[in-house]
Amino acid sequence: MKWNGWGYSDSRFLFNKKGQAEFTGKRYRLSGMIIPGLKDWMESTFGANLQHKTQATPALNSSAVQPPTLNEVFVEELKSTGIPFSHEAEDRVFRGHGHCLHEIFALREGKIGRVPDMVVWPSCHNDVVKIVELACKHNVCLIPYGGGTSVSSALECPPEETRSIVSLDTSQMNRILWIDEKNLTAHVESGIVGQDLERLLNESGYCTGHEPDSMEFSSLGGWVATRASGMKKNIYGNIEDLVVHIKMVTPRGVIEKSCQGPRMSTGPDIHHFILGSEGTLGVVTEVTIKIRPIPEYQKYGSVVFPSFEQGVACLREVARQRCAPASIRLMDNEQFKFGHALKPQVSSIFTSFLDGLKKFYITKFKGFDPNRLCVATLLFEGDREKVLQHEKQVYDIAAKFGGLAAGEDNGQRGYMLTFVIAYLRDLGMDYYVIGESFETSVPWDRVLDICRNVKARIVQECKDKGVQFPPLSTCRVTQTYDAGACVYFYFAFNYRGLSDPVHVYEQVEVGSALVLSHFFQPIMGKLRKEWMRETVSSVGMGMLKSVKDYVDPNNIFGNRNLL
Amino acid sequence: MANTDGGWDKANLQNEAEFMDILEDQRHCSDLRFAFRTFSPPPYKGGPTCSTPELNRAVLDSQYLRYVIQEVAVETGSSLEEVRDEADKTLQEMSQNLQLRFIRLMAFTFRKVFKRLFSAIYVNMEGLNALQQAAQEFPVILMPNHRSYIDFLVVSYILFTYDIPLPVIAAGIPLAGMKMVGEILRRSGAFFIRRAIGSDKLYWAVLSEYVRTIVKSGFAPLEFFVEGLRSRTLKSLPPKLGMMHMVLEPFFKGEVYDVTLLPISISYDRVLEESLLAHELLGVPKPRESTTGLLKASKVLQESYGRMHVNFGRPLSVRKLCEGKINRCQYNLLPRDLPQKPNAEAQACTSWLAHLIVRIQEEGSLTSPWSLMACVLLQVPATALTEQGLLFDQLTEKTLWLRKLALDCGAHLSWPEKVSDSEVMSSTILLHHSIVYRKAGCVYLVRADEPERKHPISPEEDVMRTAAAFLMLASYRNQCLHVFVRPALLALAISITKSTQRDEIFTCFCFLQEVFSYEFIFIPGRSTQDFEEACSLLEKCKAAHVSQWEVTVSDTGLEVLSFLQELLKPFIDSYQLMFRVLCEERDGSFTEKEFLPAVRSVATKLIISGKLQTYEALSSDVQKNVLSAMRRLGAVTKIKTSESLEYKVNKSAVRRNADMLAGRIPPQIVQAVPDARL
Repeated sequence: MKWNGWGYSDSRFLFNKKGQAEFTGKRYRLSGMIIPGLKDWMESTFGANLQHKTQATPALNSSAVQPPTLNEVFVEELKSTGIPFSHEAEDRVFRGHGHCLHEIFALREGKIGRVPDMVVWPSCHNDVVKIVELACKHNVCLIPYGGGTSVSSALECPPEETRSIVSLDTSQMNRILWIDEKNLTAHVESGIVGQDLERLLNESGYCTGHEPDSMEFSSLGGWVATRASGMKKNIYGNIEDLVVHIKMVTPRGVIEKSCQGPRMSTGPDIHHFILGSEGTLGVVTEVTIKIRPIPEYQKYGSVVFPSFEQGVACLREVARQRCAPASIRLMDNEQFKFGHALKPQVSSIFTSFLDGLKKFYITKFKGFDPNRLCVATLLFEGDREKVLQHEKQVYDIAAKFGGLAAGEDNGQRGYMLTFVIAYLRDLGMDYYVIGESFETSVPWDRVLDICRNVKARIVQECKDKGVQFPPLSTCRVTQTYDAGACVYFYFAFNYRGLSDPVHVYEQVEVGSALVLSHFFQPIMGKLRKEWMRETVSSVGMGMLKSVKDYVDPNNIFGNRNLL
Repeated sequence: MANTDGGWDKANLQNEAEFMDILEDQRHCSDLRFAFRTFSPPPYKGGPTCSTPELNRAVLDSQYLRYVIQEVAVETGSSLEEVRDEADKTLQEMSQNLQLRFIRLMAFTFRKVFKRLFSAIYVNMEGLNALQQAAQEFPVILMPNHRSYIDFLVVSYILFTYDIPLPVIAAGIPLAGMKMVGEILRRSGAFFIRRAIGSDKLYWAVLSEYVRTIVKSGFAPLEFFVEGLRSRTLKSLPPKLGMMHMVLEPFFKGEVYDVTLLPISISYDRVLEESLLAHELLGVPKPRESTTGLLKASKVLQESYGRMHVNFGRPLSVRKLCEGKINRCQYNLLPRDLPQKPNAEAQACTSWLAHLIVRIQEEGSLTSPWSLMACVLLQVPATALTEQGLLFDQLTEKTLWLRKLALDCGAHLSWPEKVSDSEVMSSTILLHHSIVYRKAGCVYLVRADEPERKHPISPEEDVMRTAAAFLMLASYRNQCLHVFVRPALLALAISITKSTQRDEIFTCFCFLQEVFSYEFIFIPGRSTQDFEEACSLLEKCKAAHVSQWEVTVSDTGLEVLSFLQELLKPFIDSYQLMFRVLCEERDGSFTEKEFLPAVRSVATKLIISGKLQTYEALSSDVQKNVLSAMRRLGAVTKIKTSESLEYKVNKSAVRRNADMLAGRIPPQIVQAVPDARL
């Protein structure tokens, strides 16, 4: 894994000696391929130039890391439990950040702020109980760490924290404890990473179907703590629909339900204090989660619409008829072009001829404006027969909104983009381009307005802040619900000529968050917690605060998220 | 404080803009060729625009209208179809039908007419360029001031000339009634609004949805007169808020990212309707808008009207202006398609913006030599003007003095360059031969011809002969009143309070702003800034010293101060007169129809006896403003009786206002009733 960038060390984008973009490694479909369009796209979109490169600090300089503040008695007693721990600079730095732009940017420049003073690796629920007890006894601050994929500053150590900060890394708690085939549930330790969970379950013929975009690296405990949403939630549900039972260790003791009933009416659901608590109340150690047999058949698909407006109208209709496939996403024109730029080099003249033909058909014959069209990507799952039937139903609806089926390949590439886009940000940063993404959910009638307004705000903020090239400002509708949709925004810009790019970027982000401020923010962390009171009202804040005060009066879980 | 106003402050207004004479530019090209020029405005980036039928369809099919139609159907007991047909009819009556062909026709005619009427039409190119940019980004609202019928299409004409998308224009329904002309206007982009809408729910719904749809879809720039009416007195009118709110609502509700407001100041050397307006103010009813009337008026077209200045203001971002003024979260919890009364915050924000626009229109307008001369002439005793005459040299000297004062007060002058001052004076008098003439080195006021009658005319009739010319003069003075109004109110407050205490003077200043709130337009909630502005201007003219606690008159400033006080004297005198009339009402209640003639007859008597110096008390505009101001201050209340509207006077309150205005008792800040005009 990279210490100052996204993902695996062997996988990265780079420009080879011929000036062509290439994705290294063997892990992804795109790995080892040449991507001829990327260079032009970067140059024309951002005004980036291959001659202008900024190198990241290649290796961590341990002397830049502050020496750890250790609580000696705590360390002594921890030693006696036999739970492994470390205060090596590298271990501490690695767990002191998530993947916000400002965090990665600082690391690339070799700047390191407050990081945890030590890291512990419990290997089971009981280890966690011991650690939390010791932490309470010696007043040590604990910050739970799962996959480290936070994008809301949730892992940042509060600079005002004077106690010793211990990062509680759950990565060793990664076993499936049992599978209950009669009830279709699995009991799993919280540190397991998404792709491992799927792989292990697949071995028994099952899956959870929970696939957040970060599933390669994010952990089950993290999903619970942040109310994660999965790409295929239309079939499997989001994490709150998937969990049946949660065990969490808090300073007050262990919280769990005494039964596994599928639904209870015993007052407010205590799971909902845990879901989304972002590590402020305790550590999730074990989760019972629903599982499903692996689907028989999977099929990607895509639809091209003449305009984003029509695309949204189609998604709305699909939601109205409640016939959404496992996943349906609508990319705007900018993102469509972006996806296009990531097409790998085609091997045969025939394919490129076919591509040309398709393009001709859509733009010339059907009269789609290449600067307005947008594309929806689809993923169907289930019985072969039902999938085909379902597929027809969705394509029929799409046709009513001027949509044209555009093949499986486009669909699949759309989903692949999700996994590689985080790698692309690192490439951008090599060439003075910084970017970030954020997500929101809105009622259906405001989807178009929000998309347009947020994008306009980004463009304007960049202009006002002296960014010289127009930014990339793009969005996609990622999820559909009965009453609304989730929208995911990406923005990126070329920061050459700016003295403090991260500050500019933050202002742009705050600006766009202002547009969104009155809508639901999926993950607050520390990044957006200033909006919390406005979003949930003062009474709501008071309720959360009183829970915190009861469960953790001494603020042992002191990452200061949310409140 | 500048920050809280969303970055608006005086410094932001363009200074010496580069004006270009568009007639000069076009005189070389034939009218026909001009009309058939290729018109290709840059496209709107917000999305493709729709056609007029599509626009109307979208309005009729809107969720909002469907909801209101249902409500109205339930309330009136009619069927849904009936109400829908009614809505459809309303929309047909209202809807514009912009067609380029008719714009070409209009351009052709206008060019012919304009070239005859005006010696030049000056337009600031910088403003046009900014507008062209802005029109591509967000919905643009063109907001000209309204002084003449000419305003109505001149903006379209200019935009056509410079390849900027043509606006749809809000117009009064009487125009639609004109044969042919109504249809031509409609096809030139006008849409028509009834005058008294009152509580007609369906009409409001159709109108507001129509306006909102135009803004939301970026169909075309929308042009409307925020003052609501043509100003009969050439003075800004208190803005109307209904249309303003309709235009802002899509922004408040987040349906558009931003809305661009574009104030336009149109200034005339001489207004076509001058004598018509004066007679209207004297109680002669306005002729109904009709095509034959228009043709009859063609003798007006034989005259020359000097120059016209169209000053396009800087595009203003509503988003920026509203920052911190409105919390748009309130629109989240209700479906946006449901009818929703604007809350107090939205109303206040709308009102503030509307007033701001009027203020910017004022600052963007140009002050002509004639307007300055009118100020000077009105400070000369009436008899001097009608009988002895005023020495031309004296007029020149005083006007030039005033020119300097105006410049010090930040006025934009349209004083012709490269011409000697005396030539400017002479030509101005010639241009305004309907009001003044020069004979043997003296300037006289033109009086209406004596009617041929057997018996000699009565003194009352004689007053009316002079009154029209005086009211015209007053209107031209009003053109530049905004330049002086703040320092003048301060000068007045100094003389009323006879004090040097800054806070005492400030209290009086605020009181005057309240009393004259219908006379002069001030942005609500900005009294402190207005006062400070006034102070700094008086300091700049070396008329007063201002410290933290005191405002003291300086010896060198007497001329300036007395000029400023004299400038407002007609208003003070007229108001005092009307206060007296109000207090003398026998039973303490009256209708507007009774009040106006009563005031007129008292004023006429006083003018004849020489006790009243000003003819402006005869103006129905001033009379109505007094009533409105007194209502606002709670001294007069309006009662609806079965037959008519009646006013009830609280005599002691009126007397108190009169005493405060005369400086007999110290003014108190009166808490005015909030405006319920939205």
